[in-house]
Amino acid sequence: MAGEVKTKLSKNLLRMKFMQRGLDSQTKKQLEEEEKKIISEEHWYLDLPDLKEKESFIIEERSFMPCEDLLYGRMSFKGFNPEIEVPFKCSGLRCKEEEIEVDDKMEADVSDEEMARRYETLVGTIGKKFLRKRDQRVLQDEDEDGNSNTRPSKKAKKKFLKPQD
Amino acid sequence: QYVPVKGDHVIGIVTAKAGDVFKLDVGGSEQASLSYLAFEGATKRNRPNVQVGDLIYGQFLVANKDMEPEMVCIDSSGRSSGMGIIGQDGFLFKVSLGLIRKLLAPKCEIIQELSQLYPFELVLGMNGRIWVKAKTVQQTLIVVNILEACEYMTAEQRKQALAKLSGK
Repeated sequence: MAGEVKTKLSKNLLRMKFMQRGLDSQTKKQLEEEEKKIISEEHWYLDLPDLKEKESFIIEERSFMPCEDLLYGRMSFKGFNPEIEVPFKCSGLRCKEEEIEVDDKMEADVSDEEMARRYETLVGTIGKKFLRKRDQRVLQDEDEDGNSNTRPSKKAKKKFLKPQD
Repeated sequence: QYVPVKGDHVIGIVTAKAGDVFKLDVGGSEQASLSYLAFEGATKRNRPNVQVGDLIYGQFLVANKDMEPEMVCIDSSGRSSGMGIIGQDGFLFKVSLGLIRKLLAPKCEIIQELSQLYPFELVLGMNGRIWVKAKTVQQTLIVVNILEACEYMTAEQRKQALAKLSGK
């Protein structure tokens, strides 16, 4: 007879913390969800459509300073109070708007003169490529003549001079 | 009537000294409070030398309709930047708020023309108070009269008046 009837515990008792320590995490979650459902049914809410908060384009500004870009109130003229005049130079005398000069010149990496020199030699070397064979021989002779002229002078310079007693 | 606004620079007159706090008359509906620590380089031991009746140039830290306005003579970085006790001598007078705004405009001819006359010092408070100090009492009074009259004079009249003065 003792094993047949089990005392039924109420739901509230089961929801108490000390009863839930032995439960699994899953059963805990189920219990929580059930609780939430109960709460949401009893919870009162307005059955109105959501009102969007209107973004106001009006900003309230109570001070005049930013509106008219006012100057600082303490001024000194003609060096009467150097402590104020020096840090606040623009308060006494109006700042002249400095014109910003725009540099239109782009600094080139290579100057114009260098460019011209290189171009001269460039034209010559590439021109030689397209010369016919006869013209190439002429060029070679010219080069040799030029070299032979310089050689004896070089040899003369290279001779060893004996020291005179 | 001046309404205190946060960030505005004003000239205040010290009316009372209540322990650590000074009460300043700012020309508004309420008196403003100023703590003695709100000066540059002020510590508990190194207190600023402020007496009743002194003039102070400071800005509002707190100024709304629910609370008593609070002033400081120090800016957010801890420097005085021109604020603090205004020195001895000089002349304090009141003008309308509109004239102050006109004078503080970026390109104000009145101030430009006056600066050509002779050296002097000028402090403009947004509460309608102006403090002037020049070398002699006469010069000070001349500047005061011009500033007061500027409200109702046209540009031509003003130039005439200044020409007379510079001619003298």
